[in-house]
Amino acid sequence: MTEITDLGVAAIRDGVAAGQFSAAEVAEAFNANVAAAQGALNAFIVATPQKALEAAKTVDDARAKGEALGPMAGVPIGMKDLFATDGVQTSAASHMLEGFVPRYESTVSRKLWEAGAGMLGKLNLDQFAMGSSNESSHFGAVVSPWRRPGSNAPLTAGGSSGGSSAAIAARLAPAATGTDTGGSIRQPAAYTGTTGIKPTYGRCSRWGVVAYASSLDQAGAMARDVTDCAIMLESMAGFDPKDATSLDMPVPNWTASLSGDLRGKKVGIPREYRVEGMAPEIEAMWEQGIAWARDAGAEVVEVSLPHTQYALAAYYIIAPAEASSNLARYDGVRYGLRDLPDGAGLQDMYAATRAAGFGAEVKRRILIGTYVLSAGFYDAYYTKAQKVRTLISQDFATAFEEVDVLLTPTAPTAAFALGENQDDPVAMYLNDVFTVPASLAGLPAMSVPAGLDAQGLPLGLQIIGRPLDEQGVLNAGLAIESQAQFGTRPERWW
Amino acid sequence: MSVDTATVAKIASLARIKVSEQELEAMVPELNGILAWVEQLGEVDVTGVEPMTAVIPNTLRLRDDVIDADALTGGNRREAVLANAPAAEHGFFGVPKVIE
Repeated sequence: MTEITDLGVAAIRDGVAAGQFSAAEVAEAFNANVAAAQGALNAFIVATPQKALEAAKTVDDARAKGEALGPMAGVPIGMKDLFATDGVQTSAASHMLEGFVPRYESTVSRKLWEAGAGMLGKLNLDQFAMGSSNESSHFGAVVSPWRRPGSNAPLTAGGSSGGSSAAIAARLAPAATGTDTGGSIRQPAAYTGTTGIKPTYGRCSRWGVVAYASSLDQAGAMARDVTDCAIMLESMAGFDPKDATSLDMPVPNWTASLSGDLRGKKVGIPREYRVEGMAPEIEAMWEQGIAWARDAGAEVVEVSLPHTQYALAAYYIIAPAEASSNLARYDGVRYGLRDLPDGAGLQDMYAATRAAGFGAEVKRRILIGTYVLSAGFYDAYYTKAQKVRTLISQDFATAFEEVDVLLTPTAPTAAFALGENQDDPVAMYLNDVFTVPASLAGLPAMSVPAGLDAQGLPLGLQIIGRPLDEQGVLNAGLAIESQAQFGTRPERWW
Repeated sequence: MSVDTATVAKIASLARIKVSEQELEAMVPELNGILAWVEQLGEVDVTGVEPMTAVIPNTLRLRDDVIDADALTGGNRREAVLANAPAAEHGFFGVPKVIE
């Protein structure tokens, strides 16, 4: 018999509804996996087995009474520790918020609980979601369940949603929330052979999500397949008057309309994504994806996104600028850490608190952001970057006049070893080269596992869609998924 | 454009982050590496291009003018608001003495 922890969202929900197993059994099985893997993988900052059991009991009781069950009923999930959870520490993987216990629930997590999901725990991430490898977490890096053959070298599970991707790949959770500012859902999904979607900017409420770069931050769903992502995203999305940028429009029933049949669809291949020095295996995987899209009935055409090469530089001005403003709230007064040296005044307390509470990468981005927003440099850096962002967005709009979705690799390489890209911040930033443009344009985008490289590590393909066309993205994702038949999972060593 | 130690010290002061001399020395080349890399935006012709303000067209809403319409984000939640304060005193946020 298949183990319960091998099941995904739809299978667990349907199994619970059909009485094949109870929600409590599901929660216990995943709780056990979470506990067994914590020492080796460090995927969770806080485990909440009781929360998972309580939610399961509510579902089991409702089922016993014959009540209607929610779309995520009986499914225990991991919650990225960037979402405020009432009564459970929300740290953003920082020392600054270590011990911060919110007295309110983020809109996205509340909606998931209302849909019947339970919480296994709070997942590790890069500190304040700033990073591509999870190494900036105050609580230590997440270790990927994947390894190179014959090597024990710990690999990255990606970032910033690395706890989410590792937990799903290692069967510690069937699904998890992620947030994506420049690729933080898609890149970790690609590195771990899992699936993740970032919806259109504004689909999911940002209320109660620790802010990094507000014009880019967007929550999304991570799971093992496209259908599970669609189910979860439906539960997360929706208008929220508490978020000024929330989109006031109905959430479509993406799951009901899922179809991997791409006949009559046009898939665009942006030629500027063929970057210099791209690994031959990534290029081969991309070619394979193009063949799969054709086999699914799509017409494949080359398109041009001429400003692609400038997206990363624009991002690394805009995101730090917004971060420097957002993170000004950590002042040692209202919540979080306070460092008050003897005899210090208010200004000294601010500076000491922020020195002690922020990690190196967070400080780096705050300083860059402060610099590019400072008098005399604002136009040269920030306004310029926002103009380039307009051009990048226009590039996509032009391409989408001709094609329905775009198909690209998710990341320029497979997962790298922890410590490998630590010396050079810019080298680390290059991981986001394929994911950042869609973020800058607020477009829905997802990563689906496509295959393995020569070392046996997962590679992902990215699908980018028109604004609000999550359906088109999910459908193309399903087409790739059903042909890739990515059944590989990391061999258990933890 | 590049920054020197004095500039980084000024930025850190504006950002209210205390940095040691040693950290300052390490930060200068790092920040210069990033700034040199973003210089490439200089190549892009942005004549007549408006800076991005909203990626998805949206309008700002006005809420109904009702006090405490949302129980959570309305008032009368002092205890919850102060619950995570490092030094709450007498129902207020406590801070060190401010004497100019």
